[in-house]
Amino acid sequence: MRHLMSPLDFTTEELEQLFTLATDIEHNMPKYANACKGKILATCFYEPSTRTRLSFESAMLNLGGSVIGFSDANSSSASKGESVSDTIRVISCFANICAMRHPKEGAPMVAASKSSIPVINAGDGGHQHPTQTLTDLMTIRSLKGDIKDFTIGLCGDLKFGRTVHSLINALMRYPNINFVFISPPELKVPSYIKEQLKERKIPYKQVISLDEVMPELDFLYMTRVQRERFFNEEDYVRLKDFYILDKNKMENAKKDMLVLHPLPRVNEISVEVDEDPRAAYFKQVQYGVYVRMALILTLLEIEV
Amino acid sequence: MLNIGKIEEGFVLDHIKAGKSMQIYHHLGLDKLDCTVAIIRNAKSNKMGKKDILKVECDINQLDLDVLAFIDHNITVNVIKDGEIVDKKDLFLPKEIKNVIHCKNPRCITSIEQGLPHVFVLADEEKEIYRCKYCEEKYSEIK
Repeated sequence: MRHLMSPLDFTTEELEQLFTLATDIEHNMPKYANACKGKILATCFYEPSTRTRLSFESAMLNLGGSVIGFSDANSSSASKGESVSDTIRVISCFANICAMRHPKEGAPMVAASKSSIPVINAGDGGHQHPTQTLTDLMTIRSLKGDIKDFTIGLCGDLKFGRTVHSLINALMRYPNINFVFISPPELKVPSYIKEQLKERKIPYKQVISLDEVMPELDFLYMTRVQRERFFNEEDYVRLKDFYILDKNKMENAKKDMLVLHPLPRVNEISVEVDEDPRAAYFKQVQYGVYVRMALILTLLEIEV
Repeated sequence: MLNIGKIEEGFVLDHIKAGKSMQIYHHLGLDKLDCTVAIIRNAKSNKMGKKDILKVECDINQLDLDVLAFIDHNITVNVIKDGEIVDKKDLFLPKEIKNVIHCKNPRCITSIEQGLPHVFVLADEEKEIYRCKYCEEKYSEIK
């Protein structure tokens, strides 16, 4: 029995199989409509995350399965002091697979160690969010055809953004990928990640201005720069507009550059960009459902 | 010159970094054993300038070498029998240590989950970096 705790739990070959399955699902949805009939997904969300939870639930319902669960800790036994270990033992009696989000880092790993059903980490604090990374990789692969030979710009909060760290770690395993880190000095990508890139001789550069690197990017992965991350208001005001992607900035981009964003967006991408065919962030949400469907089938070892 | 008597059976931990002997004393659980322990602090050393030494009169099997290696793998472990050194043990950084150190990340599941062991895994042997098995927080206080 397998679980998914980190995007690196799967080899690139296993990920390729997963993405191939997800692509088949995308093009042949009716074929999978009853694949999980009689199976139950438990969504154990100890903190609210409507988007991820609904994506998992949509995935299971698309497969003909059923869904049970809770969407915040107050409506679960955690509010009575039940441990994660006990909760998963109980959930194992009710469901065939579990997607767990927990504010404490490592909680899904503890659950997996005591579980008799596959556990998917649906986000644990600031630690991992593997299905977001699978979604990002799936989107790149689907829209570009493969995962190699491109330059990706990661923009915004690169210091605290766990989706960014996970994506960099996952992309490091693919050939000929250049990284461009675009952030204010206060929110640079952590040095341990840069050391890993250096060790593997993977090219990267760090810049402050998004404008100056726009023409060289094949993908632009936007994240939100949060006011609370800055030491003073002045710096925030000075830098925040640097990272608002608008029509003007898009004019300098390649004709086939694609814009990704883990969502939710606040104001870092102007709504005027939504109409640009290069805006791929809503497609990304759709790929998230396909890849979660593929993941559920893979972990339940169901072949269609 | 301070003289500490020979021990008949037990071990002498030599070349302990000066000031670390009490930490080792506690981590090895020597305070819980009913045996003779000599703690020598700030002894002169040609190699290190100053060093600490621990002499413990007890069965060698009672010593957790993994814990010792985690604290400082440069320590020399001399095994004593009949008053003589009969063996020197090499120390290797353990791949995993359980319930020796605690994760200090307040967001880690170990901060709330009852009965969960605190496990750290060796993430980088060269840089001697241990990370919490659950949240991957780096531990660096002892080094």
